[in-house]
Amino acid sequence: MRQPLLRLDGLTKAYPGVLANDNVSFEIGIGQMHALLGENGAGKSTLVKMIYGLVKPDKGQMVLRDLPYAPAQPSEARKNGVAMVFQHFSLFDALDVAENVALGMENPPAMRDLAKRIRDVSEEYGLPLDPNRLVGDLSAGERQRVEIVRCLLQDPKLLIMDEPTSVLTPQEVEILFRTLRQLSSEGTAILYISHKLEEIRALCDEATILRGGKKVATCDPREKSARELAELMVGQILTPPERAAKPRGDVLLSVENLSLKSNNPFGTSLKDISFQLHAGEVLGIAGVAGNGQDELLLMLSGEIPSPSGQVKLKSQPIGQLGPNARRVRGLVTAPEERLGHAAAPDMSLTANALLSGAARKGLVKNGFIDWKKTDTFAREIIAKFDVRTPGSHVLARALSGGNLQKFVIGREIELAPDVIVVNQPTWGVDASAAAFIRQALLDLASAGAGVLVISQDLDELLEVADSFAALNEGRLTPVRPAKGLTVEEIGLMMGGAHDMHPAHEVAE
Amino acid sequence: MILGSINPAVLMAALMVAATPILLAAIGELVVEKSGVLNLGVEGMMIMGACLGFIVAVNTGSPFLGFVGAAFAGMALSLLFALLTQALMTNQVASGLALTLFGLGLSALLGQRYVGITPPRTPKLDLGPLSDIPFLGRAIFSHDIMVYLTIALVAAVWWFLKYSRAGMILRAVGENHDAAHALGYHVKRVRVLAIMFGGACAGLGGAYLSLIRVPQWTEGMTVGAGWIALALVVFASWRPWRAMAGAYLFGGIVVLQLNLQAAGVKIPVEYLSMSPYLITIAVLVFISSGKARGSSNAPGSLNRPFHASS
Amino acid sequence: MIRLEKRKEPSKFWRIANPFLAVALTMIAGGIMFAMLGKDPITAIRLIFFDPIFSETFGSYSRPQLLIKSAPLILIAVGLAIGFKANIWNIGAEGQYIIGALFGAGVALAFFPQPGWYIFPLMVIAGAFGGFLWAMIPAILKTRFNTNEILVSLLLVYVAEKILAAMALGLMRNPDIAGFPGSRDLRRYEAAYNAELISGTGIHWGVVAALIAVIFAYAMMTRHMLGYHVQLAGQAPRAARFGGVSPARLVVICLGISGALAGLAGMFEVSGPGGQVRIEFASGYGFTAIIVAFLGRLNPIGIVLAGLLLGLTYIGGELGQMMLQLPGAAIQVFQGMLLFFLLALDFQTNYRIRLTQGARA
Repeated sequence: MRQPLLRLDGLTKAYPGVLANDNVSFEIGIGQMHALLGENGAGKSTLVKMIYGLVKPDKGQMVLRDLPYAPAQPSEARKNGVAMVFQHFSLFDALDVAENVALGMENPPAMRDLAKRIRDVSEEYGLPLDPNRLVGDLSAGERQRVEIVRCLLQDPKLLIMDEPTSVLTPQEVEILFRTLRQLSSEGTAILYISHKLEEIRALCDEATILRGGKKVATCDPREKSARELAELMVGQILTPPERAAKPRGDVLLSVENLSLKSNNPFGTSLKDISFQLHAGEVLGIAGVAGNGQDELLLMLSGEIPSPSGQVKLKSQPIGQLGPNARRVRGLVTAPEERLGHAAAPDMSLTANALLSGAARKGLVKNGFIDWKKTDTFAREIIAKFDVRTPGSHVLARALSGGNLQKFVIGREIELAPDVIVVNQPTWGVDASAAAFIRQALLDLASAGAGVLVISQDLDELLEVADSFAALNEGRLTPVRPAKGLTVEEIGLMMGGAHDMHPAHEVAE
Repeated sequence: MILGSINPAVLMAALMVAATPILLAAIGELVVEKSGVLNLGVEGMMIMGACLGFIVAVNTGSPFLGFVGAAFAGMALSLLFALLTQALMTNQVASGLALTLFGLGLSALLGQRYVGITPPRTPKLDLGPLSDIPFLGRAIFSHDIMVYLTIALVAAVWWFLKYSRAGMILRAVGENHDAAHALGYHVKRVRVLAIMFGGACAGLGGAYLSLIRVPQWTEGMTVGAGWIALALVVFASWRPWRAMAGAYLFGGIVVLQLNLQAAGVKIPVEYLSMSPYLITIAVLVFISSGKARGSSNAPGSLNRPFHASS
Repeated sequence: MIRLEKRKEPSKFWRIANPFLAVALTMIAGGIMFAMLGKDPITAIRLIFFDPIFSETFGSYSRPQLLIKSAPLILIAVGLAIGFKANIWNIGAEGQYIIGALFGAGVALAFFPQPGWYIFPLMVIAGAFGGFLWAMIPAILKTRFNTNEILVSLLLVYVAEKILAAMALGLMRNPDIAGFPGSRDLRRYEAAYNAELISGTGIHWGVVAALIAVIFAYAMMTRHMLGYHVQLAGQAPRAARFGGVSPARLVVICLGISGALAGLAGMFEVSGPGGQVRIEFASGYGFTAIIVAFLGRLNPIGIVLAGLLLGLTYIGGELGQMMLQLPGAAIQVFQGMLLFFLLALDFQTNYRIRLTQGARA
């Protein structure tokens, strides 16, 4: 047994209506790679926020190197050698790399010295970074390096990593793992938060599993199978979705050589995109966040218009049509961001049913809204898609992520589309709701619709897709049959390897 | 030729005086906006500064104390805004408007017995031989101390934002308050301090109007200077030196327009006196149309409410 | 320790209760202010809020005044509220009000002294069009160049005031009276006079227009797709785009409606209670209407009540000036305080105050 670095003892934190952490205890050893495993909402974030001083526990205590440890704020945690790499929200786009690093340090050196130290550390750990670049111009992987370098400059004893690989290609993941192993061998403990089982089995030597705010087990993940870990995490046995294989039909949606400028200054423009989607086909589009997924969806939904002839629905040009005109013609979409894009947070579910339903369901006459009919439509969605809510009058923001996602996807499916485009259909959704949503999409394809799934979750794509392509810096790889693709090949596609590597690796 | 009758040195001197009040207000608002807060109450804080500064100066006989009082008056009003938007999470646009309406009313009420009085004179700063330099001496080195302090303030704000750690934190808070919070910075504390600074600057700008530029107290005497200061911040793309350039440019237009009026140009006074507003609008259009560089330089969290969920 | 906690749904109770509470608090704070000015607070408050309606001595004069003062406030506020809901901030209604009045008066003065039933309707159209045009400046600058509509609409108020002065002194000046600024008195020109419709009530065409505007706005906001789009764009702009709303179109519609209504208000004022184009014609209705819109919860029905209340403070303020020598600015302070209290109280609509134990583990 390693020497303990941090001991958590009976940590409990309640928020109104939820017990986020209930009497959680475990130990992290010096230099240990400790995984914290759990579904969304299992209490992982709250737990690490307590360790990092962002949240105060209601009950319980922590001991760091045999001393009581109760950080009132993150700076205190940092002083004690605890550092954290966030999944989101901790970089400043308009500031440069050195400034971003300095903001995360207690006593940063003068800017010129800092720039040099950033170069040194980033080279030492194989994470190249230019201290003078604006963070807003960096790729997702580079942005993560900024956060890691920021932590490393303070010689942390414990490094907390929150879902670090969700924004990386498989190749970038390998680089990250190498860095983490090097750190661990130098004596830095790592608390690694994830819900990706294979990763944890490859990397960590101990895992603590949370479910519903409680600790379920602490074990050695290398001695368990992925399935055993999954069952510990989810608490039920999962059945993968299924469907009857069907020959694919006519081309429903086609995009030809389309280039489109992003409407967001920090966004990714689409470059020379071409693909076809057939009736009954599920086309999966992989890619690391920020490689043009949002723009692809906006282009297809009609929120960004495109040159007329290059986007066709059932052979008719639709590039210049707005979202409602496309819905009328049979193309519906479900964007990634549920609250604020696919649904208006402060409106009732009924009003949200009108959002995309108005065009296809005849809910509006002469500009006047038939609220009764709209409410009936909302209730239909709620009933068919098992949306857990007291009623259709409830505000969208009062629903849990999974339930709202079921509502949003359900709404689009209920419009009986010919083509549906979804972006991250199960992001942040619990496992059973995710399985439900995937099954619904497969059923739609079986019924003859074309389904386009954009997702960063490779497991999800491999589960549902018939054919497969990847987005990289706004370019789309050629579409390939999903059957027989290896994870390595997919990784190369996602990394944009189609124009960098020898042809045999990605040969058709 | 009418323009021939205008002395360029006098014009330059008058321009610096005309620019100073809006530059003061603008540099304050620039810091506020850099911290991610949009305070539309600049006009209200300015007029309160103009009024209180005038009252204090008249009663104490000291313009210096008048400026101090004005800074406090602007700051007090800005604290009200800070209370509303930072503690009570109210809409920043509505709260800023409320501040302006309230400030206009309150200043009219407080100042009603001071209409028509002449305030104590603010002396010109004695710069010795500098003021004897031909042209430049008259144009640049013959002003009251506030003109130079304002320029120093612009330099200080520029240095603060660019080189100091506190300035970096302020920019970080304005750029992404969630990230700043996650790193353990006190978003609201930073913002309240910035709002107070903005209030004090607006108050000083107002007092400069009532104590030096006009110098008199009349109801509603700021006539939109606060709004022009707000436009100036956009014009400057949130950069201090550009705010100063903009203010001087604007001051030049105001002074030229006044000179044309005095010179008896055949255009009715009303049309000449609307030119500063029209030119401000034209410049706003030019800047926001993205033809100029740096137009998308707005702080990322500007006008977004921050409420820590944890 | 006190902390704020976001409610799952905004509290309906506080949404409705807060305006009343704000009025009560304003009365208290206003009373304190009057006491500091050396006036009897109770008398002052009574004079402002009760006497205009209930007093035997002033009632017969001031009761009709209530509708005269409230109608423009309501007319303008109804339009502003639609824009505010969509997060489109037209705060230059005062300018649109002035231009509407100038357009309306311009038509009247052009026809003077000709009789004709069609003159007044033409003035109505011209007034609405004038306000609409003035509001289209920020609208088009916003949609074409992404220029901030708050600053542009506000700066245009000062421009409109200068135009008003130029007109009163120049083009529209009454040629029959030498030396005095100001146009002919439209009240003496029958074809253009916006007369009282029912004697002794203060009801003129502007009141009728306000009523119609309220009904239309209500129907639009609750039943019509346009109202739905307005709310969508205000609450979730990206969702609005997803729902097929064109932001540019909405900017034009919202600014257009509020501009036209403000222009109408100006036109009814200049042809009736105001009577002529004068330098002092603009009396701040366009700014007070912002308070009315917020106090009325951006809801057409609420705006009627809020408009009546603020109309009352105008009349009460005049009474106070007459009877107690209250300074005129006191009413402005009063109105500003009202908005402050309302905004401050509104946090309870969205947040819950919680007292938490300060004890740390």
